[in-house]
Amino acid sequence: MSAALDPIRVRVRVTSPRLAVTLGIVLVLFGAASIGIAYVVVSGMLDGHWYDFRDLGLGMAHLREWLNEVNAGQPAALSAFLGDQWISYITGALLGATGILTFFGLLLLILVWVERRLIGRIQVRKGPNRVGPFGLLQPVADALKLIQKEVLIPIGADRFMFYLPPVLVFIPGLLVWAVVPWAPNMNYLDTNVGVIYLIAISSTATLAIFMAGWASNNHYALLGAMRTVAMMISYEIPLSLALLMVVLMTGSMQLSTIVQWQVDHHVWLGMLMPLALFTFFFSSTAELNRTPNDIAEAESEIVAGFHTEYSGMKFGLFYAVELGNAVAVGAFVAAFFLGGWSLFGLETWIPPYLIFAAKAFGGYFVLVWLRGTLPRFRLDQLMSFAWKYLIPISLLQVLLVAIEVTAMRYMHFPDFVELSLVGAANLAFTIFIVRAWATFLGYRPEREQVLKPTMAKQMGGLRAAEEMRTR
Amino acid sequence: MTTANEPYVLNIGPQHPSTHGVFRLRVVMDGERIQDIDMVIGYLHRSMEKLAEERTYTQNIPFTDRTDYLAAMSNNLGYCLAAERLAGVEVPERASYLRVIFAELQRIASHSMGNGTFINDAGAWSTPLMYMFREREKILDLFEMTCGARLTTNYMRIGGVAFDPPNEFYPAVNALIDELPDRIDEYTELLVDNEILLARTRNVGVLSAADAINGSITGPMLRASGVPWDLRKAEPYCSYDRFDFDIPVGHVGDCYDRFMVRLEEMRQSVRIIRQALEDLPSGPHKTEIPLALRPEPGEAYARVEGPRGELGFYVVSDGGPAPYRFHIRAPSLINLSLLRQMAVGASLPDAIVTLGSTDIVVGEIDR
Repeated sequence: MSAALDPIRVRVRVTSPRLAVTLGIVLVLFGAASIGIAYVVVSGMLDGHWYDFRDLGLGMAHLREWLNEVNAGQPAALSAFLGDQWISYITGALLGATGILTFFGLLLLILVWVERRLIGRIQVRKGPNRVGPFGLLQPVADALKLIQKEVLIPIGADRFMFYLPPVLVFIPGLLVWAVVPWAPNMNYLDTNVGVIYLIAISSTATLAIFMAGWASNNHYALLGAMRTVAMMISYEIPLSLALLMVVLMTGSMQLSTIVQWQVDHHVWLGMLMPLALFTFFFSSTAELNRTPNDIAEAESEIVAGFHTEYSGMKFGLFYAVELGNAVAVGAFVAAFFLGGWSLFGLETWIPPYLIFAAKAFGGYFVLVWLRGTLPRFRLDQLMSFAWKYLIPISLLQVLLVAIEVTAMRYMHFPDFVELSLVGAANLAFTIFIVRAWATFLGYRPEREQVLKPTMAKQMGGLRAAEEMRTR
Repeated sequence: MTTANEPYVLNIGPQHPSTHGVFRLRVVMDGERIQDIDMVIGYLHRSMEKLAEERTYTQNIPFTDRTDYLAAMSNNLGYCLAAERLAGVEVPERASYLRVIFAELQRIASHSMGNGTFINDAGAWSTPLMYMFREREKILDLFEMTCGARLTTNYMRIGGVAFDPPNEFYPAVNALIDELPDRIDEYTELLVDNEILLARTRNVGVLSAADAINGSITGPMLRASGVPWDLRKAEPYCSYDRFDFDIPVGHVGDCYDRFMVRLEEMRQSVRIIRQALEDLPSGPHKTEIPLALRPEPGEAYARVEGPRGELGFYVVSDGGPAPYRFHIRAPSLINLSLLRQMAVGASLPDAIVTLGSTDIVVGEIDR
């Protein structure tokens, strides 16, 4: 019997000396660099200077100051028409947009690999590992393949409407990144209606998706589109309610202020309002079409849902946006509920945007994890979950938060005492209301009634079956 | 403004992720609700029954691999039993035991696949399927070790089995059956207590005991409906009467029961394999039969409990070297026939889950 047929395959791990030496050198260099950087940071050489790499926003601020001086020398007629600081505005906008676009593009490229790799590890297989080192070039190969592919348009499809959605769906996916608060001064669009901006922008994607499903002239696509619209409209409400709780608590719709509130009070909003965190996260999975709520593109039922008919790079755009949105959800969970760029004082040592990215990717990892683990809900189950459970419970929680905020305004206990009380009250309320509401609606845990198969020793037909049932 | 609702036809298949082969469902739908189902089969028809009339009895064994390609061993076994009954061939003791071992290994492999794809249909993005593939791979390695093939094994012979397993087989199979109960517990942990899975599968695609019997349903589907009927106990063949094992029977007859019955049957198969390996007698593994077997004119029907249900082979001889008539009672085809009854009135996701729970193999439906 040859070794090839041996079923007990022994994995032999070969470590080459060259690899070990390379790794050693890299580690030493990394350590040296870390110590150097730590010295620079601790000695305070960076504080407030434009080259403070811990906050790229500072450099931009210095640049804009200088540009404003330049602006003063410009003709007054132009300034009267465009505003006092038009050069710095335009430069800032262009630079920031370039930064976001670069980040988003690289993110999409790497995410294809990350997602497939993670899912592969969850599913006891390796994932892409052929193209490039560790399969890292797989996204490039995928993109090349997708670009080369012919774009098929079904007969009877509305050509213009069919071409539009992949582009339209890309725009909100990109725009939501504008309000992400990366670091204290690193906000591209630090508008005071950030939360409303976010809700408004993210809901426009529904339109593109419905357009895609309708224009495809395909039953599967239409079913997927109908499901998406129904689901997205339903889950916008709990999502907005969760954000309303955040706004009530912090008293602001500006994302930087929301993060700053969490920093000032030394607490994460997710700890204060676990129900809001859960609602936001669960509703987001519905908005994102990810398991357990991926009914809009339920592969086993309606093939690929609204993008069944898309091929080539048009499909690629849908796919990429989906991955990008997943990280965006991670980012917003981090900003709203997990303290944003803060990490209990560590943000003075570690660049805050790295902390923020770590939190965002943590949220994304949970999404991938869920996708690799859970089966899918049915449409009606999902809808009833939104309308019968999430929305009423969230409404009650909003009421409670409003009462708490009002109480905090009139009572002047120390912050720590107030917030502990609020957190405890919210947690207790969450546990109580979830149980009480479920019981009120007649839900009993499914597990209690589940009967495992019984063992039959005697064979027989219908009569034996009835005997077994009565027994 | 008034809007008119009118039903529309959705073609599920021939190429669709959930039809598990080339098989088509014409579904008349009203929104997401199913009004009627029309099953279109025949895309994979290879006219095996007719071809078998041109080949000798031994040459027909590879055909049986290719009907139900996920349970080749069980098909081999059924056909060989029928041919032996027709020709009056005695099977050595050791061959009987080996047949049981391999048929049960095949059952575990097939149920892994069936349950895995079923969960896949319920929307779990192939993770359980991959877990179950892991164990199925090991079983297929055992097959490869013994007979050189993984799927289309062609292992059973009229009068015994083709080869004695090599020496490496025994430690490997022992290691596997020690490991399998833990693995099955792992699936249970991952899936059976999962609230979403329960919500998706319980009381979906319910089939009552009377309906199942009237529809001639067999196998795990019949047992899930509460009928205690298993040919291994009701009409023991090979050496099944010497082993101690239980037949799991469901309560409601829904998709969840079918899933659970299959999971439990995997556990029972491990028990059978363990006993068969302990008592495995020595001796020849095959009776020598003439190369061109010419049975006396007559007919024979043999049935085995395949992974999908009662797998029957009907062989008629006119005294020549080839069968005069060769017919397969394919459990997949008959189990599928009640899909319409189970799925009409349900929603599309429910119908897909129900289809997944019937565990069909299209190669067997079309033959």
